[in-house]
Amino acid sequence: MTAKVSLRGLYKIFGPNHISMVPHVKEGMDKATLLDQHKHVLGLQDINVDMQPGEITVIMGLSGSGKSTLIRHLNRLIDPSAGEILVDGQDVMKLGQGALRSLRQKQMSMVFQKFALLPHKTVLENAQLPLSVQGADKATCDAEGRKWLARVGLEGFEDRFPSQLSGGMQQRVGIARALTANTDIMLMDEAFSALDPLIRTDMQNLLLELQKELHKTIVFITHDLDEALKLADHLVILKDGAVVQQGEPQGILLRPADPYIEDFVSDINRARVLRVRSVMSDHDGRDCDGDVQAGATLEEVIALSDGDTNHVYRVRDGEAVIGQLHMVDLVRALVPRVASGRTQSN
Amino acid sequence: MAAYDGVIDTLGLRDWCDVGKEDAPLSMAQLLAQAGGDDAAADEGGLPFPSLDVLHEACGRIGQTRDLTAGIEEGFLSIRAELKFVLDPITQPLSWMLDSTLWVFESAPWWIMMPALLLLTYWVSRSKSVTGFVAAVLLFFGFIDHYEVAMQTLAIVFVCTGLSVLLGVPIGIGMSKSDTAQRTIVPILDLLQTLPTFVYLIPLIFLFSVTESKLYGIAIILYAIVPVIRLTDLGIRLVDRDVIEAANAFGLTAWQKLSRVELPLALPNIMAGVNQTIMMSLAMVVIASLVSAPGLGVLVLRGIRNLELGVGIVAGLGIVLLAVMLDRVSKAALARVDTGRKEH
Repeated sequence: MTAKVSLRGLYKIFGPNHISMVPHVKEGMDKATLLDQHKHVLGLQDINVDMQPGEITVIMGLSGSGKSTLIRHLNRLIDPSAGEILVDGQDVMKLGQGALRSLRQKQMSMVFQKFALLPHKTVLENAQLPLSVQGADKATCDAEGRKWLARVGLEGFEDRFPSQLSGGMQQRVGIARALTANTDIMLMDEAFSALDPLIRTDMQNLLLELQKELHKTIVFITHDLDEALKLADHLVILKDGAVVQQGEPQGILLRPADPYIEDFVSDINRARVLRVRSVMSDHDGRDCDGDVQAGATLEEVIALSDGDTNHVYRVRDGEAVIGQLHMVDLVRALVPRVASGRTQSN
Repeated sequence: MAAYDGVIDTLGLRDWCDVGKEDAPLSMAQLLAQAGGDDAAADEGGLPFPSLDVLHEACGRIGQTRDLTAGIEEGFLSIRAELKFVLDPITQPLSWMLDSTLWVFESAPWWIMMPALLLLTYWVSRSKSVTGFVAAVLLFFGFIDHYEVAMQTLAIVFVCTGLSVLLGVPIGIGMSKSDTAQRTIVPILDLLQTLPTFVYLIPLIFLFSVTESKLYGIAIILYAIVPVIRLTDLGIRLVDRDVIEAANAFGLTAWQKLSRVELPLALPNIMAGVNQTIMMSLAMVVIASLVSAPGLGVLVLRGIRNLELGVGIVAGLGIVLLAVMLDRVSKAALARVDTGRKEH
């Protein structure tokens, strides 16, 4: 599978002579020294990420880790100091003004943390903005705008103004606007961070539901690990502008690469996030106490076992038997240090 | 013996200074000294400040201060013909616009003009109370026989405000797009706003004949255009950065960004600028009556010249009434623009 979007050796340094600072950083100068000696701020260093088509790539990091800077490189709202940004194999850095505008109109749409709707336009006019910018006729704009507004659950709100809607509804308009653009790639910059927890869960479910249907390449930025684990097919963890670990989220959870990530993942409810698939072992043909699906969460298995750690379950993917799950392994997997220690000794 | 002779001699400039010394005109101080018959003036104060006039006494080739002002005047007069050649045709349409608008406002009978103005008021403000207020003001002007002069003033304000907006908004947009433009234009705006208004009337009188209406038109526009430029610049710079970023992310062209995002979002600020521009052009109408602008200002001027207290006060209060009227109408228009986007 070839990547839809690839970042190759991406560096970003903020300051007047940012390009001439790249060699210093490549030689290993750290953020504090660069600021001290050259008065330049290190934004991103040596980012290499492949984003597969039809997957949700979540980029996670705390504030100041450079995640918002990173996502703005994909459509060149920010230009890098060094490195390549490949979209469908084409280097975005080599595009001229017109080609870049066309890329932004037809290949990538964006959803913003603060919604960034036009306050003087109605919900419908906001949703159809990407098409009207491209010069589509009014009937097409109207039909597409209404279709996607209905899809995100905003039927009947077309003639309201954004300020008359709640935060959650405004972000639905933001998503409808991005969908109307009908692009393969969707960039979501902390799209749900400004919403309260219940609405956020709603919106995450909406996104997953839409993704099942549309199979877009989504790049999602968040500082919330629970959100990241819920949405990610591929998880990238950033710290101080560098990638600390990336991969399949369950793998990161079970095998954190360094103490920073260990700390990071220690607070989450592992039973609800980890799935049977990630902790099962090969089936040795023994008698089992029941069947569980590979995609089930550990929490569901605990409920099924009623807390009895002597049980062993057959793991099925659909009908096929693909392994077995011993409750002892399950319980071990719930404790971060034990889980990673065990896998390391294996 | 002048105070700085010694300095000139030490610097070895004596020969250079003495060339053509006999022709130098006498300064007032020298004349006084001659009249007094002694050198008392030079001795009494000790060391005088080395101003141009004092240095001139020591060295004839250093100019006097009056040469500076004379030089400015001569310089201006020497390029006057060329300036007039360029500026006359450019500004001629202003005369036509002022004259024709004045003609319309003066010759249209009151029973057409008043309803037309009220309709216009209602159209921009959509407010019955404001329209009612304007009706009361217009009827009052008619009642005290000031209807015609009030209309003249109104005509001038309309033309000058309209042109200020037409020129000021694009200048403001340019300023908001370029920091260099902003750095260059802001001092000019400061100058226009603080320079005593009579000062730019003087060169204008040199350039154009006092009977031409563009003379006062230019004076009013120069004075009144400042707020609309400043507030257009400010309004566009204050547009939410997130919204601008979204516009960029969806690939809007510069023109689409300006027309669909920046100008509409800056509109409340621009309208506030227009309101200020109206007020300032009204204030300038009185001074413009010195150079033949018709209207209420002429009556104020008559009140001052002939000490006709009543005439001056009635005309002055008339201007206040016009100002309040224009202010309420433009504020109502501003409020109408604001609603719909700020309903929380």
